[in-house]
Amino acid sequence: MTDLLLEASGVVKHYGAVAALSDASLAIRPGEVHALMGANGAGKSTLVKILTGAVRADGGAFTLHGRQLAVHSPAEARRSGLVCVYQEPAIVPDLTVAENLALTGTPVDAFRTQMADLGIGSLDLGATARNLPLATLRIIDLARALAIEPDVLLLDEMTAALPADLTARVLEVISSRRGGTGSVIFISHRMLEVAGLCDRATVLRDGRTVGVVEVAAGAEEQIVALMLGPAAEDGDPALTPAGAQHGGAAADTDAAPRLATRNLKAGRNLEDVTLDLRAGEVLGIVALEGQGQDELFDVLSGQLRPETGEIMVDGAAVAFRHPADAIRAGVVLVPGDRSTALLMQRSVRENIGLPAIASPRRWGLMNMGSERRRVRAAIDRLQIDTRAQAEARRLSGGNQQKVTIARWLESGVATFLFYDPTRGIDIRTKIEIYQLVRDLAAAGAAVLLLTSELDEIQRACDRAIVIFGGRVVGEMPAAAADAPTLLRAAHGLQPAGGTA
Amino acid sequence: MTAEATARVSPLRTLRGWMRDQPLVPLFGLLGVLVVVLEVVQPGIVSPGWVSNTIRFAVPLAMLAACQTMTMLTGGIDLSVAVVASMTSYVMATLVSDFGWLGASLFALIPAAVVGLVNGIGVGWFRVHPLIMTISMSLIVSGAVNVYARANITGGTRVPPEISWLGGQTLFGFLPNSLLLFVPLAAVVLVGLRRFGYGRLLYAVGDNETAARLAGVRVGHVLVLLYVISAVLAGLAGLIFAGVIGSATGRLVDPFLLPSVAAAVIGGTSIFGGRGGYSGSIVGAVILTVLVTLLTVLQQPEAVRQILFGAIILAVAAAYTRITEQT
Amino acid sequence: MTERVQRRLDTTAARGLIARATRGDAWTVGLIVIFAALLVFTKLLRSSYGLDALAIGALPVAFAAVGQAIVVISGGIDLSIGSVIALTNVIAAVLLMNAPELSVPIVLLVLLIGVLIGVVNGVLVVVSRVPDIVVTLSMLFVWAGAALLVLGTPGGGSVDWLRTLITGTLGIELLPRALVVLLVIVGLVWIPLRRSRLGLSIYAVGSNQLAAFRSGVNVARTKVVAYALAGFFAALGGLALTASTGIGTPIPGPYLLLSVAAIVLGGVSLAGGRGGLLGPIVGIYILGLIRADMTFLGVQPAYSTVLQGVIMVVVVMVGAYLTLRRAAT
Repeated sequence: MTDLLLEASGVVKHYGAVAALSDASLAIRPGEVHALMGANGAGKSTLVKILTGAVRADGGAFTLHGRQLAVHSPAEARRSGLVCVYQEPAIVPDLTVAENLALTGTPVDAFRTQMADLGIGSLDLGATARNLPLATLRIIDLARALAIEPDVLLLDEMTAALPADLTARVLEVISSRRGGTGSVIFISHRMLEVAGLCDRATVLRDGRTVGVVEVAAGAEEQIVALMLGPAAEDGDPALTPAGAQHGGAAADTDAAPRLATRNLKAGRNLEDVTLDLRAGEVLGIVALEGQGQDELFDVLSGQLRPETGEIMVDGAAVAFRHPADAIRAGVVLVPGDRSTALLMQRSVRENIGLPAIASPRRWGLMNMGSERRRVRAAIDRLQIDTRAQAEARRLSGGNQQKVTIARWLESGVATFLFYDPTRGIDIRTKIEIYQLVRDLAAAGAAVLLLTSELDEIQRACDRAIVIFGGRVVGEMPAAAADAPTLLRAAHGLQPAGGTA
Repeated sequence: MTAEATARVSPLRTLRGWMRDQPLVPLFGLLGVLVVVLEVVQPGIVSPGWVSNTIRFAVPLAMLAACQTMTMLTGGIDLSVAVVASMTSYVMATLVSDFGWLGASLFALIPAAVVGLVNGIGVGWFRVHPLIMTISMSLIVSGAVNVYARANITGGTRVPPEISWLGGQTLFGFLPNSLLLFVPLAAVVLVGLRRFGYGRLLYAVGDNETAARLAGVRVGHVLVLLYVISAVLAGLAGLIFAGVIGSATGRLVDPFLLPSVAAAVIGGTSIFGGRGGYSGSIVGAVILTVLVTLLTVLQQPEAVRQILFGAIILAVAAAYTRITEQT
Repeated sequence: MTERVQRRLDTTAARGLIARATRGDAWTVGLIVIFAALLVFTKLLRSSYGLDALAIGALPVAFAAVGQAIVVISGGIDLSIGSVIALTNVIAAVLLMNAPELSVPIVLLVLLIGVLIGVVNGVLVVVSRVPDIVVTLSMLFVWAGAALLVLGTPGGGSVDWLRTLITGTLGIELLPRALVVLLVIVGLVWIPLRRSRLGLSIYAVGSNQLAAFRSGVNVARTKVVAYALAGFFAALGGLALTASTGIGTPIPGPYLLLSVAAIVLGGVSLAGGRGGLLGPIVGIYILGLIRADMTFLGVQPAYSTVLQGVIMVVVVMVGAYLTLRRAAT
């Protein structure tokens, strides 16, 4: 196949002494949807940033349409026909949508057409970007890229944390570009999407390309094997669905629920949520964007005061005015966004030891030896691949997520609120986190797990509830919580025939 | 990491890594260079007397630099330290006749603490930007000092001998007495930042306030206490300044405001918060003091002195950025 | 798309535009109302008070505020602005004294020097990667030293036409020449810039630098332009000083502090990306009026300083509190 649209070979990039890319290559045919896969830290984002001018490579050859390609800035890349849509939308918050379009010289009509295709037809271009929900901004970013008909469209985790309905539209639009003159490079951790959407997949591992796979039946195993490398071939138990459901075996149904809400109403979207969370169980929550789940978590973690309704811990009503109140009641939040949860410049030790010094009683002289022991114990227990002194920002996404969980392990926490904990994390770490969640429940904790990946419900949870329009519209045991059922409920639809 | 990657770690990279982990070393190196240059330009100037003099002037600057270091660690800054220091020294000087040196000093620290409290409430509770809050407070305080001075026009001011002794004189003709106050204070700050929960929290709040809050930290309380501490420290520095300079006026410490920020910056504390420390700021204060001596000795007019001062601060900060940056 | 839908979209867009315009400018309108009320009050205190006196005194400060506002909108800050005003002031004074017949080229040269100074500031901020507070703090010393090099003590001279340009009024009292000059110059520069891609880039970089970069904005160039504009307006401030005082003074005045105060009062966010230039200008005028009122009321200047500070603190706290409330809903 000599008629390649885009070719990169021998790409090298160092950050200090670390080689993010040591020999990456990519070959894209015109009209194809090409997946770029690899574990966290394999170099996918770096490669994409190099291709679109956000980062300068240390070495490598690039050709576009057969001619040599050299881009030094996103503006240049745009002019050459290479556009990237990142997970964090490149939309300026204090400008209006129209001004954001003017900033990039995007034709308004083309933009409107793309928006309509993506399912958001009537957008007020005069709205300030800051006031729009995150999912809308990401769609705007995508539409803006599509509007200039790029030769190569690069999508970095486009569907991560997008609600199911928008995800479906995005996938439709992408697949409609197949066979055209342009191509799409699609980075995703979601194997199912890749299998359904892409023609071929390039796999990166440790900064080099280890294989290019034609996507067909059975390709998933091949891709996973390439990603994990020679080490991991031991039949991951959690890749098979519904593994080891504890089914609330440790849940004590006689005692008062560990955490309960009654008719909770708060913020813009939470209307009336009543739920019970028992010790020893993992309760999954599924919801489309903006259905009130954000407010629910904010209230339960003490960041938002509810308008009406009650929260009860172990049967007694409580009022949280600050996360410290929630923590004192044994309720802790593990955010999915690691940049919210971690002190990036500080060491792993400081991150893990943070809750211990929060209370003014602990503002005095610290017992360094005891802290060192506690931190070591947490690192060992979660198998975090790091030294305690390492800066948090140097860790891979998966290890960072483990650190955010580790800080609560020794504190006798009774209730965990996980908000999309496996977002953007490689498969191996995801499995470890599922196991950890189950272990926590088995040890007696109550776990609330919000996820945007529907298959996680059956892998990690005992029960699931679905929130739509700020209310609970479905509740089912994990065995019944397959993706189609969850999806129907999440859209506010009645279950297809029969009882829920 | 592949074999190629490890082979690629050049000596230059190791040097930078080492300098990043031991930031004091290049600072002492810079200090050494300045002292050598000073000796070369004016042979014989580097003497025990000169060292003592330098320390005498560097101590109060280092105390102000402590205020900046701590506030900068949280991503803030305290631009009111100079007027608070001046105010404290002035109030002390006016109260000395009635309350004696110790009473006057303690009383004089009360308005400093109040200013710090207002700063802290503005920054910690109302979330006003520290630059703005402390600049506004400095306006208020300098105006208030003028009002007070007018009302006190008959009282007169006096720098008591005890304060002069503390700030201006030396032990054994060599060791400045202010070290008796400074050394324990510096020790408290140094230990406090590394080993106290509160010190760790300053770093945490500066690095990521949201993360700190989610971990249960009451950020507002931390900040209120911080600015009170900063103001009281500034007040103490003002007393020392009065001893060193020998007089107490409302504008006494003004010229030392920007150098206090410079000392913290040179010392490696990031103005964005979350990284740095006090040991560097102390060395930074000494470096700045030696620099001023050097420029005076070179008999450059005030103009050139100012230009060189600014250029050197920038050069050091740029070098620091290069050494500590990620890539 | 059907015509009806198209029309509905357009009216929605228009309504959004109006809502946005009034929301952002509501603060400025409020400021203008406060200023008008204060002016009436001042006239009641002393009917002979002329707005032109205020305008002349406020001119250099207003230029400082405008320059600072542009830099702050782009996400930076310029602590050296007071020194640059002093430097351009003395350069103008020295040149005008020696060659008064070349006054027009001299004025243009001084403006060019201001721009170059701004470019130096901006390039240093971008290239050194040192935070702008630290860079402009250092340059504060450098430019102040340069001013002393040019003129050791107050001196130099000026030309008459500069003075007459900003003295007196244009017919009616509410149009002092100084105010008109200010508004015309600022308007000529800012109004075309604001809607242009460069202007949007300035707001974008201040709002979210990464998003701006990924949108294809040349962040480095935008920042340098913002600082260059600050230098330009600082030079205008220096020229205004030369025109009003007739000499050059190498010691910087309180322009840094006042420019920051004006920004706070004027509704420009210190975080960048938000605000306009009219607000800070009105803010400067309000501060000037308050000072005049204090004098007429027989209040000592010291109290007046305290009051200025208190006003700043209260405004800032209220503004911050309102932002908190808005963010929480």
